Amino acid sequence: MPSSKCEGHEKLYAELDSYINSVKDQPGVLINVLHRAQELFGYLSEETQQHVAEKLNLPLSQVYGVVTFYNFFSTKPKGKHQIKVCLGTACYVKGADRVLDRLKEELGVDLDEPTKDGDFSIHAVRCLGACSMAPVVLVGERDFYGKVTPDEVSKIIEKYKEE
Amino acid sequence: MRKPITILVSIDSNSILLGARHFKNYLINRLEHYNLTELVDVLETGSLGRYDQGVLFLLLPDNKMYGIKDTNDIELFVEEQLLKGRPVKELIVEEIQTPKSVEAKKVTEEERIVLKRAGKIDPKNIEEYIAFDGYQGFAKALEMKPSEIVNELKASGLRGRGGAGFPTGLKWEFTMNVNAPEKFIICNADEGEPGTFKDRLIMEGDPHSVIEGMLIAGYTVGASKGYVYIRGEYFESVDNLRNAIAQAYEYGLLGENILDSGFSFDLTVRLGAGAYVCGEETALIESIEGKSGRPRLKPPYPPVKGLFQKPTVVNNVETFASVPAIVLKGAEWFKSFGTPSSPGTKVFSLCGNLVRRGIVEAPMGTTVADLIFKYGGGIEGGKMLKMVQTGGAAGTFIKADEINIPLDFDSFKNHGASLGSGVILAIDDSHCAVDVALNLMEFFAHESCGKCTPCREGTRLIVNILREFSKGRGTLEMLDNLYDIAYTMQNSAFCGLGQSVPVPLTSILDRFRDEFEAHIGADTCPVGVCRFDKKKKKARK
Repeated sequence: MPSSKCEGHEKLYAELDSYINSVKDQPGVLINVLHRAQELFGYLSEETQQHVAEKLNLPLSQVYGVVTFYNFFSTKPKGKHQIKVCLGTACYVKGADRVLDRLKEELGVDLDEPTKDGDFSIHAVRCLGACSMAPVVLVGERDFYGKVTPDEVSKIIEKYKEE
Repeated sequence: MRKPITILVSIDSNSILLGARHFKNYLINRLEHYNLTELVDVLETGSLGRYDQGVLFLLLPDNKMYGIKDTNDIELFVEEQLLKGRPVKELIVEEIQTPKSVEAKKVTEEERIVLKRAGKIDPKNIEEYIAFDGYQGFAKALEMKPSEIVNELKASGLRGRGGAGFPTGLKWEFTMNVNAPEKFIICNADEGEPGTFKDRLIMEGDPHSVIEGMLIAGYTVGASKGYVYIRGEYFESVDNLRNAIAQAYEYGLLGENILDSGFSFDLTVRLGAGAYVCGEETALIESIEGKSGRPRLKPPYPPVKGLFQKPTVVNNVETFASVPAIVLKGAEWFKSFGTPSSPGTKVFSLCGNLVRRGIVEAPMGTTVADLIFKYGGGIEGGKMLKMVQTGGAAGTFIKADEINIPLDFDSFKNHGASLGSGVILAIDDSHCAVDVALNLMEFFAHESCGKCTPCREGTRLIVNILREFSKGRGTLEMLDNLYDIAYTMQNSAFCGLGQSVPVPLTSILDRFRDEFEAHIGADTCPVGVCRFDKKKKKARK
């Protein structure tokens, strides 16, 4: 990952700071700030956590504790396209495990590790609340796929390779 | 000017997966093609709870519901129904007939209190909400004394819809009676119970009902600030609720001195970040304070000491959405639904191996069998029902021959089946009880917050033992161990999460003990699901 000196990063930090300034007087905004930070950087590096801690005047240990407590936050870079497979019971009984197996096979990676080109990573997630469409796969934050069969997996991956 | 024909397209997080957005755009495109845009309005609405017939288009004023599966269906719909006025029978969706109350068995249409507006109004437009009795309950509340509202709620018998079933009126009364300069209202919208997606569809389809319920709560207990704590992944819910809050401010229904009553109330959305334990109210409070969501020691309970140590009412989305109608129409009206000990309706999430997966609002006391066969359309693919998990991840498993149990708050006590958050997860006979138990327990092991030893270590031990079973290495002694761990957790875990893990575990062990035993010493999984270790055969020789 590029260092903080990188031009793009400075811009992102500026954007993060303007968000922090708009909310920092409200009590307990740490989680909302981390949401924003992860949205901007893709993950929460030690540097980013330190930055947030300083800006909010909180001990780094508290920031780190919160980051590692919640599923949503990641301290490691993920693939450019994160493929999340719901393993909630409703999806599981509709064959989510077979979809997950096929994904691992197609991309040649295990859970939570990015592919060599950094394009994809696979994650198992808890119930996504779209149980009528089980099994559900989510790519990135908003691209949902419902009633996914193992055979459809390659088609879904293909879609993001083109980009 | 309103156009003579309106088509309501049901768009929510589930139907988007069926192509709802694409279908809406395609429909608009076809209307332009045929020069029908002057005559036909296309509006978005929330969920109608059904997904088996594709995306639902409601045609008004004909009141015909169409199920659209692909763009060919749209062509047919436009050419036949709109241009020629001939209904396309094969695309029309029939409404499900349901009884109003379990005792009366009087058949009416699906009875809706919480979802009465979802699928009928545009959730992004406050005026449509207002036109459908919206904010009337709140307006009436402002003319009542807080104690009168509490009494009405207590008389209605409304109990928390999140799972625990605590009487809502009583909870509010505790907070009302505490003398404190600052109090809070929190809406628990951190829906994370696997299989539950009702709160999401309520917030997407009728966000103002949640705001109205929270306003009434604020006025009743004397709170001036509220938070809605929503799962970060629920984008549509977050968008619709934020939009609804902005509109409510604009219309003077939130903010300072609302409707000149002297009552002020502010409402903010807070995002969850993916932790099942945050559904526990004190963990949720910790999370809103910006900390890791680990539960607090109780007592003191939140109604006395909650957010920022101030008295706080925490209720589920569905509970808040039930309140306005009760205040407006009264306790007696509410009690005409459901059963005497559990009045009202419940929004059930139907999922698993069912033909019709979706949400349905049915009276309390509806049987599991009715939910599965009448509303859920039975088991798909010609398979047999093997078991049902009711109530969510922490709910009980029951066998196929036990499904005549009525679901209400007492069904756990009377029949050993939990109502919980209203999940009905049907599992067919191609699934193995050991495998299902393992998947579920892995979930709990992952979501245990780690604060107390019985839960942190107990869930891990349970998973290890079940893994042994799924590899063909289980023993009878291990089965006994599972019961021991369950007993320990039930009696010593710190919060509701750890204490309830034994519920699904022991219920599946009790009911499918033969299947667990059949895994012991076998060469392959008796159901053909678990992948046994190959090494095992050698060891036995």
